[in-house]
Amino acid sequence: MDNLDRLIINTLQDGFPICDNPYAVVAQDIGTNENELIQRIDSLLDEGLLSRFGPMFNADKMGGAFTLCAMTVPKEHFEQIANYVNSFDEVAHNYEREHTLNMWFVVGTEKPEQIDAVLDSIQSHTGLVVHNMPKQEEFFIKLKFNV
Amino acid sequence: MSELNIKYDNDALLLDDVDYRIIHATQKGLPRTPQPYHFIASELELDAGDVMQRIQRMQDIGVIRRIGAVPNHYALGFHGNGMTVWDVPDEYAHDVGAQVGALDFVSHCYLRPRHLPDWPYNLFAMVHGRDRDEVNAKMENISELLGSQCRGHSVLYSSRILKKTGLRITERR
Repeated sequence: MDNLDRLIINTLQDGFPICDNPYAVVAQDIGTNENELIQRIDSLLDEGLLSRFGPMFNADKMGGAFTLCAMTVPKEHFEQIANYVNSFDEVAHNYEREHTLNMWFVVGTEKPEQIDAVLDSIQSHTGLVVHNMPKQEEFFIKLKFNV
Repeated sequence: MSELNIKYDNDALLLDDVDYRIIHATQKGLPRTPQPYHFIASELELDAGDVMQRIQRMQDIGVIRRIGAVPNHYALGFHGNGMTVWDVPDEYAHDVGAQVGALDFVSHCYLRPRHLPDWPYNLFAMVHGRDRDEVNAKMENISELLGSQCRGHSVLYSSRILKKTGLRITERR
């Protein structure tokens, strides 16, 4: 990763123009050319330094429902319960975290009432309490990693 | 990658089928070609001007947060990623959240319900650093910033990703 890559990563976190030749516009701003910029973005994606390049959609503005859930799962049943929770298509992410509440997962459904059905299934199958922590307010300024 | 079948009611939305076709065509990324919007338009047999207008509108109404790059912070050397959690009195929560969310080392910042007695925290802020020491130091910065507006805080590190398929919006039928 050289200085141009760093400049590209930092610049592209601020947004991207919606116009006929957006790469040319950005390239001019950062002192490179369109082809070089496109190739660099491709390489950064291939190397995994960027995980994505494109529009970031705000899924809950589109009518879906999302929530973060946390459970305290006994160590001896952890793998089994992780597999069960992960078996739901509605579970998008699941992390083991170092806390008494040691399993944290995100549930996303088409309609809000379907969230409860998923959580009820998990609670009744595991006998564990699922703490439902839907976001009440979001403070989204921007994702910005200066590299 | 498994896909969630998320489909939406027509009447719930400000979006029409053409918007959804554009969303579907771009959710894996923007084409790396000199005229990416024209490229999408020709794939969908739409007018490029129309595609750009619709994308602009979706950005204006917040359906698109922004167009840009998502860095893989782990690959970029940010090996410490902690979910910091804060117990902020409700009357300050909105203002404190805006303040914390604006910090450049905080990526996501949300208010969520407490679950007493197990869980007293209502403000969640993802903090990124080169390592855990850096994350802990940044958490202390936040703590100083909040002062008496915070009754307690903690940080949760993930020890393992158990699942990460992400949310994918499928084309409506």
